[in-house]
Amino acid sequence: MSLKELKPGEKGIIIKISGEGAVKRRLMDMGVTRGAEVLVRKVAPLGDPIEVNIRGYELTFRKSEAENILVEKM
Amino acid sequence: MQYRFALVGNPNCGKTTMFNEITGNTQYVGNWPGVTIEKKEGKARKFKEDIRIIDLPGIYSLSPYSMEEIIARDYILDEKPDVVINIVDATNIERNLYLTTQLIELDIPVVVALNIIDEVEARGDKIYTEILEKSLGVPVICTSASKGRGVDEVVQKALEIAQAAASKDEIAKPVMFDEKVEKSIAKVQELVASYPLKKKIHNVRWSSLKLLEGDEREIEKFGVPEKLLEDIKIIRDELEREYDNDIETVIADNRYRFISDVVSKAVRRKSRQGELTVSDKIDKVVTNRILAIPIFLLVMFAVFHVTFGEIGSFIVDWVDVFINETVAGFISELLVSAGAAEWLHELIVSGIIGGMGSMLVFVPQIMILFFFISLLEDSGYMARAAFVMDRLLRKFGLSGKSFIPMFMGFGCSTPAVMATRTLENDKDRKLTIMLIPFMSCSARLPVYALFTSAFFAKNQSLVIFSIYVLGIVVAVLSGILLKNTVLKGETAPFVMELPPYRIPTLKGVGIHMLDRGKTFVKKAGTVIFSASVVIFFLQSFNFSLQMVEDPGDSMFGAIGKLIAPIFAPLGFGNWKPAVALLTGFVAKEVVVATMGILHGIGEAAEDSVELVGALQSSFTPLSAYAFMAFTLLYLPCVAAFAAIKREMNSWKWTLFTIGYQTAFAWIVAFIIFQGGRLLGLG
Repeated sequence: MSLKELKPGEKGIIIKISGEGAVKRRLMDMGVTRGAEVLVRKVAPLGDPIEVNIRGYELTFRKSEAENILVEKM
Repeated sequence: MQYRFALVGNPNCGKTTMFNEITGNTQYVGNWPGVTIEKKEGKARKFKEDIRIIDLPGIYSLSPYSMEEIIARDYILDEKPDVVINIVDATNIERNLYLTTQLIELDIPVVVALNIIDEVEARGDKIYTEILEKSLGVPVICTSASKGRGVDEVVQKALEIAQAAASKDEIAKPVMFDEKVEKSIAKVQELVASYPLKKKIHNVRWSSLKLLEGDEREIEKFGVPEKLLEDIKIIRDELEREYDNDIETVIADNRYRFISDVVSKAVRRKSRQGELTVSDKIDKVVTNRILAIPIFLLVMFAVFHVTFGEIGSFIVDWVDVFINETVAGFISELLVSAGAAEWLHELIVSGIIGGMGSMLVFVPQIMILFFFISLLEDSGYMARAAFVMDRLLRKFGLSGKSFIPMFMGFGCSTPAVMATRTLENDKDRKLTIMLIPFMSCSARLPVYALFTSAFFAKNQSLVIFSIYVLGIVVAVLSGILLKNTVLKGETAPFVMELPPYRIPTLKGVGIHMLDRGKTFVKKAGTVIFSASVVIFFLQSFNFSLQMVEDPGDSMFGAIGKLIAPIFAPLGFGNWKPAVALLTGFVAKEVVVATMGILHGIGEAAEDSVELVGALQSSFTPLSAYAFMAFTLLYLPCVAAFAAIKREMNSWKWTLFTIGYQTAFAWIVAFIIFQGGRLLGLG
């Protein structure tokens, strides 16, 4: 499933990031890589972006980015 | 002998605090990623050697794609500092070590400063630096830059390494890639060795890795021949097939795997991960689904209310009386008793004190505004505002990251334009730069203050507020317009770190506030001082350099009369406002000073009775409002213009920006004036 489908409070392990180019590289630089545990914290009041906790810090990106991150729900 | 140490680290890890601590400098520090947008250099105090410290913008990785990241990378690769001091935020160690894994591959010695260690200790966690040192192959020193802890030790260590480096000791580098990747790197290394290149490669391993990754900057730098690129591509393809993934992912995965391994050995966490920290608890309220927007609006309202409401005005009035009555009166008497000539008296009292005084009265208000801006930045709220506003801003072609520069625009357009460097996407950056000047900067306030006191005395603050809203509305409309015309394209991604909340320090906020106040006073003292003098002469002499009685016959009068017809449909076709707007290019505040000088009034402050009277005879409330709207929207001041040129790096875009703004200003003022007349308001 994609990270977008996880609800606030749910956790997953990253399997793969699809897509390419600058966004993907940025996400990887920020620690969104295979095997990392990710906890969805919340969705912004207007419905986008989302906030996640990964590698011990808070990161925010849009749902369109989350769609490209494949996770296994924990 | 001079040593150069570069401070390198992720955004918001405390580099600037460290820089200030080492050099005794007072650079501005904020709590949002991307405060340092240009490199800064300072000399280390407390050391007898000549040590230069270079503070670079924060970067997440050495394969950069935002402008500030390119600045940092180019400095490290091309200027080759003697030592890289890598600052690692200990509270966010995994992601911070990602950059470290890239830095230790270069052939520049690295010292790791494990910063903000006090917060880790306070949590009850422990980091074993010996294990880190062994795994990374570089010295690691615990620091807390904000408390001054460990800072001298870091510099001392870097100095020792720099001095020892002369003896050419090879530093053992850790193996962080798996066998397959290592093998591929070795193959590329062999290939590279067998090809003649334009430039000699110093660090063969690193360059081979970069070529394997297909890094365009490296390929260009060494003039890699087509044939070699093809051979490397075969190796890359093979590796990508084996992993069923692209090379970038393979390398990044490898690095993070190495880091996870190091961290699991070197860090003992007492607190269970996922447990709520204080920061998380604050965020539960501040970015709450229901409360976030009311809180956001409340914060914005509070900032503007205190700055421009009763408190701000009270201070402004007090300073006004001080400068324009006490100081001006005192100097005037002094000049009279010294028997100064009439024209000199005029120049000093009306020209200089009048011109500068009308700006200086706003220093307190500007400082209050920057006090709030830095309070919001230092606490970490600005990043939350970006998070909350992203969805809305995207509708106007912007991103959440545009919020910070846009908000700073209410203070001053120049630093705000520079702050757009944190935006990675060029289209977003251009649009944000184009819209920033529509956020009414503090320098335009004197103009509104003058006109509202003359025409809207009863609801002055409401009218000023409406001008601010007008600016925002124009920005929104322009965003939609430009996004669908000249700046069409894909929606840029939005990936941003939300730093933990920190209590702003009085020192940090104070530095920022005083810094801005100082800049403004300096501007008043140089640019505006000279402008006042020049304006005074231009309106006192004609083209044959004869002093004139009526300013209408002066050089200014002539120029003003020439361009005045352009403004006639907007309700102010007189030559005086035309000239005032022209001088507004020097700085927007100068519009008021010019008005004062042209009407022959010394104390051209915003509530000067004579000036108010003079304006009332040449403006109606409607044309006054159109004039304020025009002042808000037309081309920005020369300082902002220069910043826009620098950041856009294109004359075409710069001229388009100011042309667009001026055209929009004319249209809006036209609609206000003519529309108002049709409605019977004027």
